[in-house]
Amino acid sequence: MQKRSGHVRNSAWMLTAFIMFVACRPWVCQGAGREVILATTTSTQDSGLLDVLAPLFEKKSGYQVKVIAVGTGQALKMGERGDADVLLVHAPEAEVEFMKAGHGSDRRLVMHNDFIIVGPKGDPAKVKGARSAAEGFHRIAAAKATFFSRGDESGTHKMELKLWRAAKVGPEGGWYQQSGQGMGATLKIASEKSAYTLTDRATYLALRKNLDLRILLERDAPLLNIYHVIVVSPKKHPGTNLRGAKAFADFMTAKGTQRLIGKFGADKFGQPLFFPDAGKRER
Amino acid sequence: MMFHNREVWAITWLTLEVTFAATLLSLILGIPLGTWLALTAFPGRKFLMALVNTGMGLPPVVVGLFVCLMLWRSGPLGSLHLIYTPTAIVIAQFVIACPIITGLTVSAIEQLNPRLRLQLLGLGASRSQLLWTLWREARLPLLAAVMAGYGGVISEVGASMMVGGNVRGHTRVLTTATVLETSKGNFAAAMALGMLLLLLAFIVNGMLTHLQQRRSPS
Repeated sequence: MQKRSGHVRNSAWMLTAFIMFVACRPWVCQGAGREVILATTTSTQDSGLLDVLAPLFEKKSGYQVKVIAVGTGQALKMGERGDADVLLVHAPEAEVEFMKAGHGSDRRLVMHNDFIIVGPKGDPAKVKGARSAAEGFHRIAAAKATFFSRGDESGTHKMELKLWRAAKVGPEGGWYQQSGQGMGATLKIASEKSAYTLTDRATYLALRKNLDLRILLERDAPLLNIYHVIVVSPKKHPGTNLRGAKAFADFMTAKGTQRLIGKFGADKFGQPLFFPDAGKRER
Repeated sequence: MMFHNREVWAITWLTLEVTFAATLLSLILGIPLGTWLALTAFPGRKFLMALVNTGMGLPPVVVGLFVCLMLWRSGPLGSLHLIYTPTAIVIAQFVIACPIITGLTVSAIEQLNPRLRLQLLGLGASRSQLLWTLWREARLPLLAAVMAGYGGVISEVGASMMVGGNVRGHTRVLTTATVLETSKGNFAAAMALGMLLLLLAFIVNGMLTHLQQRRSPS
């Protein structure tokens, strides 16, 4: 009896010691100053682009980058509050507002791809024959075909709202639903519900194998999806890591990185997911 | 699998670290607090108990939001640079687990025969001897409290996602990695991570159950 309880006591102490050991580490080694907080859209993470670029940036610059993937709307808000050092976003109009308000010190063109309208194979609203994105949206509304919106003020959501305005329809009613989630999750929901949705090409291509959705409308000029990198202004928020943010913006627009962006995904999806644009002038 | 084995290991290890740290902290505060609440009569005790009991059902996203607001650079504790660190996750999980452990400790101590306490005092037990004996007597429900607290933190995703940011190689834990792989459409990887999470919960709870059941009352 004595022996047995001794054994139990020993194992209890060992377990306690192990737990203490494991539990202590999160409290040490938390250096600040060498880290850059990057607020970005879900598409750059869900497509896998940042999984390639972030480690490379860390190796080259010595900074540790913390990628916080939220929608563009939320990323811009994080920038406004100074909760992020640098942004990689895709909502040009909102970005211009952001710069005008003095929240950003530097904004550079990085890359583009395009938005596409995807939907079920049967295409009940006949989007495929539409001549423009606005007409496609009009047809979806007229047929009251189920459409899934991101509904999260992301860049994609802002683009979608712009297209509804262009189509002159107020998206309301049982056919118009909001997922409130990232692009990947929204595509999956649309696929399961045989619904239409607007997506960036990169996320669609990256997830295509799990989706029962077809590209129904593409290559209309308003569907261009442009990504900028923005350095959050140190004037409004002295606490931000300006050097690290600049290093990241430089990295994203550097020649080598741009070449990598242009090649990313080509081997896996048969076509690149993003097109490098650094140094070009806009339209 | 989409990612290397080493990364999965690192994520699993980090999950262990933060959940253990959070549970341990909650024990250090929760068990004494719960014992005090169970043994002391004072005005406002019922109100405090109601607060603790409500806290047992705190939604992790609400905790996440609250901790975010505190730790963001624009928040009151922003200068500590804790947001998007494992420490931030520990803090949020502590807020989740502490009321669970406190609440269950109260009921564990309250269900002991009140005469035991009087008898111990009558036999001249010191304060620490008294506490030690009470905790020993209540060890079965107390270990159940530990398991419930641990279960609360290892399974939550909302708070870890918000305050940790799911940063690769830094604050990505098993639950947030599962969410990410799901949203990327890698269901096989998501499933594998989910299984790993279950396995981890099983091993830890298995050890605790072993401690709880091994020494049956003589």
